[in-house]
Amino acid sequence: MDADWAADLQAVTLTLELAALVTVLLLAGGMPLAWWLARTTSRWKAPLSAVVALPLVLPPTVLGFYLLMLMGPHGIVGQATQALGLGLLPFTFTGLVIASMLYSMPFVVQPLQAAFEAVGARPMEAAATLRAGPWERFVHVALPLARRGIVTAAVLGFAHTVGEFGVVLMIGGNIPGATRVISTQLYNHVEAFEYAAAHRLAALLLLFSFAVLLWVYWRRPHGSASIVAAPDARPRA
Amino acid sequence: MTFALPRSLLALALSVLALPSRADEIQVAVAANFSAAAQQIAADFEKDTGHTAKLSFGATGKFYAQIENGAPFDVLLAADQATPGRLVAEGKAVAATLRTYAIGRLVLWSADPALVDARGEVLKSGRWKHLSVADARLAPYGRAAAETLAALKLTDAVQPRVVTAENIGQALQFVQSGNAEIGFVALGQVQPPDGSKGSGSMWLVPDSLYSPIRQDAVVIATARSPKAAAAFVDYLGSAKARVVIQARGYRW
Repeated sequence: MDADWAADLQAVTLTLELAALVTVLLLAGGMPLAWWLARTTSRWKAPLSAVVALPLVLPPTVLGFYLLMLMGPHGIVGQATQALGLGLLPFTFTGLVIASMLYSMPFVVQPLQAAFEAVGARPMEAAATLRAGPWERFVHVALPLARRGIVTAAVLGFAHTVGEFGVVLMIGGNIPGATRVISTQLYNHVEAFEYAAAHRLAALLLLFSFAVLLWVYWRRPHGSASIVAAPDARPRA
Repeated sequence: MTFALPRSLLALALSVLALPSRADEIQVAVAANFSAAAQQIAADFEKDTGHTAKLSFGATGKFYAQIENGAPFDVLLAADQATPGRLVAEGKAVAATLRTYAIGRLVLWSADPALVDARGEVLKSGRWKHLSVADARLAPYGRAAAETLAALKLTDAVQPRVVTAENIGQALQFVQSGNAEIGFVALGQVQPPDGSKGSGSMWLVPDSLYSPIRQDAVVIATARSPKAAAAFVDYLGSAKARVVIQARGYRW
């Protein structure tokens, strides 16, 4: 096993750790948010949905650049983390986790929201007439009905974080074992003319991404083209 | 007589085709560190020769990959010697046009006006948490920084505090934003072209500590206007261009 491959392997391991942690945190935080967005009639729904969707549109390097500024010693976030004794977040794994959560948020929140919307009010009302409390209704009725959507959200959040590049490039500092992930390692191989090593990692990433998407599409009952549309959506009476 | 008019028209048309086009437009790929100087030189070039030089800025390695794959550049101003050399060896660039147009100078820089001393002793101190350096495999200034650290026997001592930037532009960004307290960057990036003292503090790394950062220019073999392209590469050696190059922090 050559040194290059050892470094690649370290990047792969780190990427999987990052993606797993980000997915768990995003599911935990995204679930209440998506639940609220799915059921609210508040006038804040539109602005909040727009904020959630922003990372879909913003170039990742822009997002990364602003995070570098915000989390730096002159930024609001940076000054707060320093005051709390946490130090600065750029060039750290924690910083990467926070940035990735922002970056992958729409890929988790939108499928969750679609799934919760597809559950509809009727099963919840039926459960209420059977005297189920709000928490019971959520856990025993909404969650099982939205199961497919939750799995889709987790898979897409994980896959999207694995493929993250621009944000990491801007705030990572390319530190082995802390911020050097697959995509930046691949980029460095390409820039250094190490095309064989680059092909190896690229093939891995390509196969992984294709497998994930193939699985997501296979699971949908009616072969809908949209990824974030409700996977549970069925014709409603 | 009936043929006279068409024949003269034909002659006219042919003579127009045969005329050398006086004002050509060339596409120049410019290494990012040389952007500011290149803009100024291209403006002078246009005034003096009538040719227009359109500039694209980016990383030398990316330009290499693009030229390999048929990108329509006429000239490459690389950040190194290796890339133009490689293109010449592959027959993708014209050997006779190869020239060193600038020699880059390395500085240790901080946004803090009091942090970096005139001898670079700060490197041995604990007064910083992160040292920003461009990737030694990718960027000539990164290679020079690595050589400097090795010459000072500090490579291992600073290693845990090094953050690696993809290119010299990002190396500066890390320091400017304050996320890294100090960093190795190009003199041209931090020295104002008007000769005034720039912001922050810096140590001009002695030439003896690293091998020269020679930046070579070359005309691409598929150039559509080879003459204008060669004229531009020549122009980089003109007295006027050299004043600009020196003011921007390079030697020639």
